[in-house]
Parts: sequence; structure tokens; C-alpha cells
Amino acid sequence: MKTLEYEIAVIGGGAAGLTAAAQAAAAGKRTVVIERSRELGGVLLQCIHSGFGLHYFHEELTGPEYAARVQQKATEAGADFLLASTVMQILPGKKGPLLTVYSRQEGVVWLQAQAVILAMGCRERCRGNLGIPGDRVSGVYSAGTAQLLLNREGIVPGKRAVIVGSGDIGLIMARRLTWSGVKVACVLEIMPYPAGLSRNIAQCLEDFGIPLHLSTSITGIHGRNQVESVTFAPLVNGQPDLTQEERVTCDTVLFSVGLVPENELSRDCGIKLNPLTGGALVDEDLMTSLPGIFSCGNVLHVHDLVDFVSLEAERCADSAVRYCARERRPGSQIQIAPGANVRYVIPNQVTPGQPHHLLLRTSRPLAAAELQLRDTTGNRLFVKRLRHLRPAEMISLEIPHDCTAGAKGLVLELEELN
Amino acid sequence: MKTFRKICICCPAGCHLTVTLADDGEIQVNGNNCPRGDIYARQELCDPCRTVTATVAAAGDPHCRIPVKSSEPVPLALIDGLLAELYALAVPLPVTMGQILLPDYRQTGINIVATRTMCP
Amino acid sequence: MENIFDVAIVGGGIVGMATAYRLAHRDLSVALLEKESDVCQGVSKANSGIVHGGFHYSASTTLKGRLELRGNLAFDRLHAELGFPFQRCGILVVAFAEDQLPALEKLYRQGVENGVPGLELCDAERTRQLEPKLNSQVFGGLYAPGGGVVEPYRLVFALMSAAVQNGVRLYCGFQVAGATEQDGTWEIASLDGRSLRARYVINAAGLHADDVSRLFGAEEFEVVPRKGEEYLLDRLSPARPSKVVFPVPSAHTKGVLVIPTAGGTTMIGPTAEIVEDKHDNSTTAANRKRIFALARKMVSGISERDLVTSFSGSRPVIEGKEDFFLALSEKAPRFLQAAGIQSPGLTASPAIAEYLEQLLAKAGLAIKDKTTAFLPWQPTPALREISPAEADRLHDTDAPGWTDVVCRCEKVSEAEIRAAIRQGHDTLEGVKLATRAGMGRCQGGFCGLKIMRLIAEELGLSLEAVMRRESKGKANISVLGGSRQ
Repeated sequence: MKTLEYEIAVIGGGAAGLTAAAQAAAAGKRTVVIERSRELGGVLLQCIHSGFGLHYFHEELTGPEYAARVQQKATEAGADFLLASTVMQILPGKKGPLLTVYSRQEGVVWLQAQAVILAMGCRERCRGNLGIPGDRVSGVYSAGTAQLLLNREGIVPGKRAVIVGSGDIGLIMARRLTWSGVKVACVLEIMPYPAGLSRNIAQCLEDFGIPLHLSTSITGIHGRNQVESVTFAPLVNGQPDLTQEERVTCDTVLFSVGLVPENELSRDCGIKLNPLTGGALVDEDLMTSLPGIFSCGNVLHVHDLVDFVSLEAERCADSAVRYCARERRPGSQIQIAPGANVRYVIPNQVTPGQPHHLLLRTSRPLAAAELQLRDTTGNRLFVKRLRHLRPAEMISLEIPHDCTAGAKGLVLELEELN
Repeated sequence: MKTFRKICICCPAGCHLTVTLADDGEIQVNGNNCPRGDIYARQELCDPCRTVTATVAAAGDPHCRIPVKSSEPVPLALIDGLLAELYALAVPLPVTMGQILLPDYRQTGINIVATRTMCP
Repeated sequence: MENIFDVAIVGGGIVGMATAYRLAHRDLSVALLEKESDVCQGVSKANSGIVHGGFHYSASTTLKGRLELRGNLAFDRLHAELGFPFQRCGILVVAFAEDQLPALEKLYRQGVENGVPGLELCDAERTRQLEPKLNSQVFGGLYAPGGGVVEPYRLVFALMSAAVQNGVRLYCGFQVAGATEQDGTWEIASLDGRSLRARYVINAAGLHADDVSRLFGAEEFEVVPRKGEEYLLDRLSPARPSKVVFPVPSAHTKGVLVIPTAGGTTMIGPTAEIVEDKHDNSTTAANRKRIFALARKMVSGISERDLVTSFSGSRPVIEGKEDFFLALSEKAPRFLQAAGIQSPGLTASPAIAEYLEQLLAKAGLAIKDKTTAFLPWQPTPALREISPAEADRLHDTDAPGWTDVVCRCEKVSEAEIRAAIRQGHDTLEGVKLATRAGMGRCQGGFCGLKIMRLIAEELGLSLEAVMRRESKGKANISVLGGSRQ
């Protein structure tokens, strides 16, 4: 069995992993990216539409172009890559985290690192996870899998599709399917508002006259061997009103019903997870509950824009680099918790009296709100007026350093304004 | 006087625009947070266009897909024809990111370029 | 097809396969006829995977009661021979109300009469000690340490592989369409035009045993599907019990159970309701609600958030008969019925195979042991079960695919998947049942395409053709711009 030694090991070669590796290698650390696929780029490779990179590269790019850019950064910075390799386990070694890697080319590799950056991304929630009733048939896909089949293999799954979920992946696929000759009969959304960006409602649904049924739940998938129809009903008091059930003929169903950070490896090695995000609990350095193990990108929390993934990955890599150099933030940490109307906040621990970079999501759409950072005695340490808040759009916040000095605990709230 | 509501697609903000078209042809745009929204709204009224992205088959293997994009937004009326032409292509590898695979479509000056470097 | 088989078994489920495996030890030529493209696609696929305790049915008044315990006791040997996932984790029948205690005691006495070893009638405290995850309202329990769990399809596939390795001829895609008898031989025709001849025939055709019986001019009966839905929870669910938890049974059914599956997940269900369509594989919102509610009453920590997937299947109930129909036909010569095999069919299967062999002998078939050695079946190693050192050795000596993890959720290597495809499990479903690839929490989201590519490579088909095959040709799959140019 082979042994390798690196200063920083990055698990995952997508947007987050490549950006983190570029940053770490550019800081002079011997860095390796471990990627389970045979190619680098992660999900970006199948996101052939444009809309990426406006913030990070100041250009509008397609997914593959963004992937090529961050890969080039990592390569030029001198990072190494282990492809077709899966990290099976992280053990606490004397010299730092010891990774067991199953590599197609090398066999089993013991990889000794000083610091590890978790960048494994997400998986999709699927029909099975939701227990959608009906027949077991071919033609049911999660939106990302359909995207993979269509954009990487040219496989058109059917002729007439229904999409469940109005998140961005579902909306993008509505357009992609239409441009591939598939009739998209409708999109079904359980919430009373769309889950994805307004721009995608416009360019993916309105452009093609695809109806969006809000407050509507799919009630069954029907067919013999292959999808033949789907039934759906409006939600009344949170339950589908079957007296108003409708049926639509189709041969393909796409599920765009949520992403789940892929933290099985993290869980296996004892890293504490945040039930609100599905990702690791982290401090301001984006370090998890295990020393030397950091997390960034979709595996930490589901992002909307890849640009923010890269910015987060850079911060994460900087922390990992400081950790390797045995520099850490001074001072002990206090908890920061989400309050009213805040679904989650990252990080979960901060060092008071420092500037803070916070990321949060509102738990429901708010036309106008006052963001309040309070300490445990209720003092308002920082306030800011915000408008047009939506759960689908992450909010990034810079808190000046003197706000939180002396606090013992923090709560972040959004108070709705009229 | 006509009023239209449009969502700007230029960036993820997706500003909700209100566009009024006066009888004398004067256009007024409200609701945009940046100048691009204004440009977009005016374009939408006279000649709506969209950036087109798609995949094109590599020669000899229709399952090997080359991602492509239009160098500029394409007028709506031309999109279906463009897609049909793209799906009929079979492009030999290697292909470099930025390489023009279909030049000057229908004399619009719009090129279709590869967005990924791919080797055989 | 020139030669005449001694025995043709119709049906590639647990009964057919257990019988084929047993007869493979004898000096007999055996053919197994399966209508699907792979075995274990019917009743056995949806089996709960429980090796029952031997106390639910009376051994003195029912055949199934008698064969259940005998089958249960054979599982250690079978497991040693074939290596399928099996654990004797124990069964606990729990009384959740005081008025259920008499029924519990009745089960205990029946078990003792049947000769079940180690059976224990427990008070509330002992019951809770045996299974700390039980819901608070426990009044007593029946503990059968001999009960266990098995991966039913891995068992069927192992039986198949061992049988085939030892001379049993497997004919898949062979749907019996007609049968004529002449001069001591049955000529059996399949829907696709093939035919073969056999002297003796065993009807182990599950949901279609009635159709097969009719085709052979044997007894007239009707198989009515009694459907059960099952819900699978994440292997990390904190609700996973250490033993199979049963409620006190009702007239028709053992009830909704909480099962620590042999695969490491937790399964709740099944329901039991008569349906119209033998191939109804649907699940319903109402049953899902019911099953979760019932399971939650038994084991705390059962949560819908942990739901990975759900499925259903039907028991082949013979109208008017609840016991196994294992008999030599009185109407068709040298035709054996092995029909109406509901629970505890899988548990009893080794004993059913033995019983059928005895019936064959009674019907005049001369059965002697094989003179050549029986080749033991070596199961393909599973990456998730072997050490890194062993994985590395296999990588170096066998194939690099051993350390190429295709299914991350269940830790399945490319090498195992190729082996499964080569053994005839060449669909997504077949690969899934043989290796667990695609059974995990992402339900094939990541590995599905990779598996299809491997199938395409192994079978020499295009990806498009593989996808079409998956839907039995019904899918409107196409390729952008047209197929291979």
C-alpha cells in the first residue's frame, strides 16, 4: 500500500475544492485534491448554461468555463490531483489527519495531511426520500441526474415531462428539456412562492409558457414499466385536497426537491453536524469540531451562486494555511445562533471583538426587514435594514470588529418591517 | 400607452421591471438597480434575444458532448433553427475552449463557441 | 433442444432456487425456467428478509409450521456454504397492551410445542432489557433467539450461482406458454418460441402458479395477490433495533414490523391488502402514514426524515387456502405443485426443497447423489466488508476496479459490479440487488449512470440501448441529433 504526505488535502475537486486548492498551493503549501470522478470540475461540468462568475471572475461564464478557470488556478499554483479516488475514512493520526484513499490507479493509499478541507458538495433528494406514492416505473429522475444524462451524454429522456420543484435546477432543466425537443407540461411547487431565482422563472418558464403551479403537491406517479401520468393537487391547510386532484399525461418526471450536503465521511469520523444546514458546525475559520479539518462550499451549506462558493473556499484555505503554520485566531469562541426568521447562520462560533463575516438565510420571504445581532442580554450590537429577502438567496454580512467585544453569546434575527 | 412587467435576466438579482411604451414610441423603464436592466428592457420590447447554450456531438460519438454557447444573445425567432443546426453537427476532436464551431450564424455576426477544451 | 431434463423447475424465486440448489447435489439434469430476464424478480424481490422463529404456525396442524422451523435450523449450514448476508439477531414479539398478553402466551406455547429452541416468554422489564429502543408502553414479550434477517435477493442469487456452477441450466426470459405430455415427457414451450423437454416439472411460479398449473392441465386454483408496502430508513437511523420487533399478530398478518435488515438499514412494514393486479408495485400515501404511525408506536425514533425509499410486492395467496400447496398433482402426471408459498416461505425454503425432493422420489424419480464433487460457490467479495489491505491486494492481483468506488453510499466497487453483470444480473435492478449499488441514500443519483455505462461496456450495447432495455422498451429515449452515426 502506498503512502503519501501533503500539508493540505482537499476532498472534492469541484468549484470549492479547486478554489481552495489554488489558494492553499499559492500560499506555498503542498496541496492535493482528491476527486472520485475521472475528471475535475464537479457538477459545473454539466451546468452548460451561463450565469456563473459575475462576482468572482467579473465575467459571465458557463459552468464548464468556470470549472476550467478554477482548475487552471489550481494547476498553476502547483496543486496535485488524485483522480478516480475516494476517501473512505479520516483517522486522527499523530501528525494530523490520516486519510484512507481508494484510488483506481494506485490501489489503497494512506495519505498523511496536516490539514484537510472538506469540499464534497451535495447530493440530490429524490423520489424515494420523499416517499412519493404511485407505481415504480422508469422515467423518474432527479433533476441533476437528468441534467447529467442530457448534457454529458446527449440522452433525451422522453417526450413530455413534469418537473416537481421550482428550485433553480428544476427551472434550468425546464429550459434545457424544451431546447432539447421535450414538452414540459408543468412545474409543481409546494410552497406559495417559487423556490428559484426570479430570473430563472422568466427565462426558463415564462419564455416558453410553461405553467407553474404553486401550493401544489404531486400525489402520485402512474404507469406500467414507464411513467404514463402524474397526479397532483392543491395544498389546503398543508394537505393535498384530493377533491381537486388533476392528472397530466407525461413520460418523464424530474424531481428538483432539494440538495443535501454529502457529509457521510464527516459523520463517520465524528465531526459534529448542524441539523439546520446538513453541514458541519464550524467556527470563524470554517474549522469543524475536529482540529485541522475544515469545510467549505456546498458540503458546508447549500449555496445559490458558485461565486460565493469560491470566496468561501478561499477563506477556508487561508484558515487551513494558518493552521498548518500553527497560527490560529486568538481568544476563545462564543456561540452564534439563528433567531426569529433566520433559518441558519454560518459560522456557529465566533471570537468576540473581531470583524465577522456571516452568511445567513431568511426562513421566509420578507419584503423588508431589520437584521439584528444581539448578545445574550438582549443588547442590539449591530442592525441593518434589508429588502427583498428570499430563502433562495443567501445573505452575506460583514460585521465591524468592535461590535461584539465582551459578548458571551450572540443571536441573529430578522425583524419584519411593514 | 402600454405597460409591461418583465423580470431582468442579466444577473441573479432578477429585478422586477416595469416598462411603459407610450403611443409615440417612447420607452420608460423602472425597477432596475443598474443600467443593464434598462438596456435589457428596451431590447426585450423591440427584439428579444437570449444567450443560447447547448451541446454538440463529437464526430463519431453522439454520446460525447461538447458544450457550446452563443457569443451574443440570439433573437428569439432564430433559436429553434439554431438548435436544430447544432444538433445536426458532428465536430471532430480536439476542440479548444473558445473555438468557433459555427461562425456568423445566419449573418447575425453571432458565433457558436465551445466552452470546454476536449481531446479525443 | 435435444436432451430431456430429469426435472424442470418453473420459477426463479426462493422456492425454485432452493430446490435447484438441492437437486444440484444429485445426479440429475435440472433446468430452471424464469420468465424475467433475471431471477428473483417476482415475489421474492419484495421479501421482508426475515428468517422466522418457528412459533407463528402450528407444526402439528400446518405444513408451513412444520417446515418453518426445519428451514430456520438449516440456515447456518446454508450460510456457511453460500456466504449471503445473514444474521441471527433474534426476534421479539412485543405486547403493547395488556390485553395482548394472552395471545403472546399462546404463541409461546405453540412455539414450545413446535420444538423451537431457546424460546423465552418475558415480562415487561426483560423485554425492555432485550430491546432498549422499544416505545415505553411495553407489557411483555416473546423472545426467539433463533430468528434472524437475510438479504433475500443475495440468497436467491447465491443459490442460483451455486446451482448453475454445478450443472443446473438456467433459462431466463422463458415464459411458459404451453405444455404437452407424451410418453413420460413434458414438452414445454416458451412465449419466445423456445422449447425444452423434461420428465418431471415443479411449479414454483409464485404469482403465476395458477396460470402455469392451468397450462399443464393440473389443478385449478386462483392466486390472489396480497400486497405489502415496505419503507426503508437510512442505515444511520437511530431507531434501528437490535432484534426484529413484531407486534402481536392478527388473523391474516404478522403486522407491521421494525426490521434491522441484514444490509444494515432499518425497514418498517409490511401492510397486507388484497389487490387486483398481480404486478401492482405501487405505494400509497395512506399506507405510508399508517406504517409510520404503527412503527412509531413500537420503536421510538422512527422518523420520516430518515426515509430512503419504499417499495411493495405481493404474496401469492391461493384463494381459500392459507397453507403451502406442496403436493404431487392429481391431475397432471409427474407435476409437482409448490404454490401459495406465502410467509414463512423463505424461512422454510431449505425444508421445502427437501420436501419436494421427497415428492419427486415418491413420484418415481430415482435420485442418487452426484458422483463428482460439488463445487462450492465463492461469493464475490464486497468492498465494504474487506480490509484496506485486502482491497489493495485485489487491486494489484485481480483488477484496478477493486479500488474504484462506484457507489459511494454503499461502498461498492466497479469490480463487484462487473462480476454481478457477468453473473447475469445485467440491469440496474439486478446490479442493485446483487451488490447494493444504488440502494443507498442517494438512490443511484451518482452511480446510476456509471452502472449503466458498465452494463453497456460489458454487453456491447450503446448507453441509449441500455436505457431503453431498463424500461422494457417502453421509454421514449433518444439521443440529441439522432443515434450513433
